[in-house]
Amino acid sequence: MTALEDVSFRINPGEFVSIVGRSGAGKSTLIKLLIGEEKPTKGRVFFGQYEVNRLRDKDLPALRRHIGIVFQEFRLLPMKNAYENVAFALEVAGRPQSEIDELVPQVMDMVGLSDKLSNFPHELSGGEKQRVAIARAMVHRPEVIIADEPTGNLDPLNTWDVINILLKINELGTTLVLATHNKEIVNQLEKRVVTLDRGKVIRDEPKGKYILL
Amino acid sequence: MITIISRVIHYGFKNFWRNGLLSTATTAIVTLSLIVFAGLIFANATTTSIVNFLKDKIDVSVYFQLNTPEDEILAVQESLTQLPEVKAVNYISADQALQIFKEKHKDEPEIAQSLDQLNSNPFEASLDIKAYDPTKYAGIADYLDRPELRQYIDKVNYFQNQQAIDNLAAIVKNVDRAGLLITIFLSLIAGLVVFNTIRLVIYSNRDEIAIMRAVGASNTFVRGPYVVEGILIGLIAAVISLILIFLGFVVSPFIYQASTTFDVSIPGFSITQYFYRSFFKLLLYQVLFGVLLTSISSFIAVRRYLRN
Repeated sequence: MTALEDVSFRINPGEFVSIVGRSGAGKSTLIKLLIGEEKPTKGRVFFGQYEVNRLRDKDLPALRRHIGIVFQEFRLLPMKNAYENVAFALEVAGRPQSEIDELVPQVMDMVGLSDKLSNFPHELSGGEKQRVAIARAMVHRPEVIIADEPTGNLDPLNTWDVINILLKINELGTTLVLATHNKEIVNQLEKRVVTLDRGKVIRDEPKGKYILL
Repeated sequence: MITIISRVIHYGFKNFWRNGLLSTATTAIVTLSLIVFAGLIFANATTTSIVNFLKDKIDVSVYFQLNTPEDEILAVQESLTQLPEVKAVNYISADQALQIFKEKHKDEPEIAQSLDQLNSNPFEASLDIKAYDPTKYAGIADYLDRPELRQYIDKVNYFQNQQAIDNLAAIVKNVDRAGLLITIFLSLIAGLVVFNTIRLVIYSNRDEIAIMRAVGASNTFVRGPYVVEGILIGLIAAVISLILIFLGFVVSPFIYQASTTFDVSIPGFSITQYFYRSFFKLLLYQVLFGVLLTSISSFIAVRRYLRN
């Protein structure tokens, strides 16, 4: 069985693109291909100057420092507090401590968690965890942020908090790729929508709607 | 680079501290393994001293005819000393032999009397030969069995004791070999126990490793803190194991008893004394074994989670 077939599209810098489709349509596989977690059996994946499908395991970290990733299940480091989780993205890139001290509080302020810096993930609500995850994804100023079902585990209120933060990040110039099956969000965004169904792109519209027959 | 290294070390310590329970459990297991390792060192020191004690008991004496000129005996001594397998050659003159005999039987006046009735010294001068390796006595005995020496040499006691010497030599060799095998075998077990414990710890951290990779941490940055944590555990375990052994020697009357028993059976050797005398050597071994084992285990155990 192939998860994706004949998929070909291009995302331009600064765009906000939603990838939509049912569960199993291939959204997650598409994202795994983008960050090099999986390799295509055929075809090529480009990210800026990188040809992702040809990168070796040890070269992947360098690619991923150009990308910020937000996961459905948050994936925060459980033994680190909120501040350290965000700082981690800068530390792995070898940024100096002075920069970390300056950027992390700034970003935590932007996601509205200035008062939760020293809380550990298990002390945060789902919405707060996801906002920490977004802060971590954006703190190193990546060219692209990829969000894979970022609202999948959140209630409607927190969902809109998260989407609004993502929109704000996009307005500041970061390309955003949002994989979701939340119809309401997609329809309100009025941004580009790439629709996947059974591993194929069935629609790619600049101001799309969530339409699945 | 320096930033990366200092962060890796920092995280190593921090993870150790925050994973308190897991770190304690791991340290406990490594400590136990190191106590086994120290036990092996003690056992080896004991067998070595037993073996040396036995080796020292083996020697070969050459007895010279009564009328042999001392020059000839000294010449033989000289030529024996030249042999590479010979450790020492001790000359016992006829007079000395008499003295030794008298000393031995000083409480038996009739023996002294009968000796006094003889007009001359009945004892033969002899050379006591010690070899480095007890299997070499046959060669030394052959060396002495030369035509030009035959007129002076009365007897070489190797030929009387050959069976006993060969047996003793075989025992010494087997004890040495068995000691080595047991050491390798038990070290291997101790090593595997530690490796498996650390593998489980890393396994329980596999999600975190995946997250770190996803956020763009390089392999060094993911692996480093685990290796630092391993080194830390090894160091702490080495110190704790020695403290426990020390307490064992001081506190436990049983071990004290055992060590004094050893003192009786192996002259010149006591485990307790050995412990105090070679404390720093032991510390070095424990630290080396502990740190190498834990850090290499961490290094290998993390590897399989560094793909993707």
